Amino acid sequence: MTDPLKVLAISSGGGHWIQLLRLRPAFEGCSVTYATVRKGYRADIGDADFRVIRDANRWHKFNLLRSALGIFWLLVRIRPDVVITTGAAPGYFALRFGKWLGARVVWVDSVANAQELSLSGRKAGAIADLWLTQWPHLAAAQGPLFFGSVL
Amino acid sequence: MGQFHISPPATIFVTVGSDIPFDRLIKAVDRWAHDKHRHDIFAQIGTGGWKPQFVSFATLLDPPEFNERLAASQVVVGHAGMGTILSALQNSKPILVMPRRGYLGETRNDHQMATARCLLEGGKVHVAFDEDELYRRLDLLQELEPKDRITPFAAPELVRALHDFIHHPAAHEL
Repeated sequence: MTDPLKVLAISSGGGHWIQLLRLRPAFEGCSVTYATVRKGYRADIGDADFRVIRDANRWHKFNLLRSALGIFWLLVRIRPDVVITTGAAPGYFALRFGKWLGARVVWVDSVANAQELSLSGRKAGAIADLWLTQWPHLAAAQGPLFFGSVL
Repeated sequence: MGQFHISPPATIFVTVGSDIPFDRLIKAVDRWAHDKHRHDIFAQIGTGGWKPQFVSFATLLDPPEFNERLAASQVVVGHAGMGTILSALQNSKPILVMPRRGYLGETRNDHQMATARCLLEGGKVHVAFDEDELYRRLDLLQELEPKDRITPFAAPELVRALHDFIHHPAAHEL
């Protein structure tokens, strides 16, 4: 019997987090760590492993750096097989670092981006092993792909 | 001993999300509450937001309290953020949204306009595109029917694609 796959499901708060929660059945049979930016979200995931990371956006460089370092450290400790994120900046960092550490990484662009992919989402396209949009009209043959939305 | 002030649950739950304030929405709701003598509104206004005079509010609710207040309400009024919209839909609450606008500095771009338009088209939300329309539509709130109840999880096709990717890495190697 092999150990279950380790999945890190990570996002910033608000809509990103709620969308990540709606993907939970996909993690069935895996050992999942959830990471997000507010400790109040712990109640959403029951007994699963839960970590709090610093939030950041690209307008605050210092916070961005601190957030990135914290996420790097989290990746090093968990060593997930798969990293999956619904954004935003913290999720992008997790994909970058996850990739360096040999994980397979998934970007699910937020359903909020109905007109164009988010900036992080576009950048994630270069590194994601699975790169998804939630709007069929944004899908393209070379990615992002569309399979459905969280709605 | 702490004292607990338990107020009856608000009929209308207003939220501008957990990120930044959205004063244009809160001001319109406050003006309406005053004009119509409504005392059954509760708003999460965001840290540093304009403080309403006629509406009970909190700057930022802890997620469990947010969920409780939303569940106890009858209708949700909010910005067109996905956290707000998904929270309402998961609780089968009718929701009226007003998109934040990029040119007013309310978001970095106009993505909430696109969200609002697409979800309006999909029959998921009611939309007021500016504060005057919001004010008018608040009068009709009690007539809003809950939109389609959504299942607790994402579309099965999306879940399956992710599940397959996680468990069968070879299938996605190109």
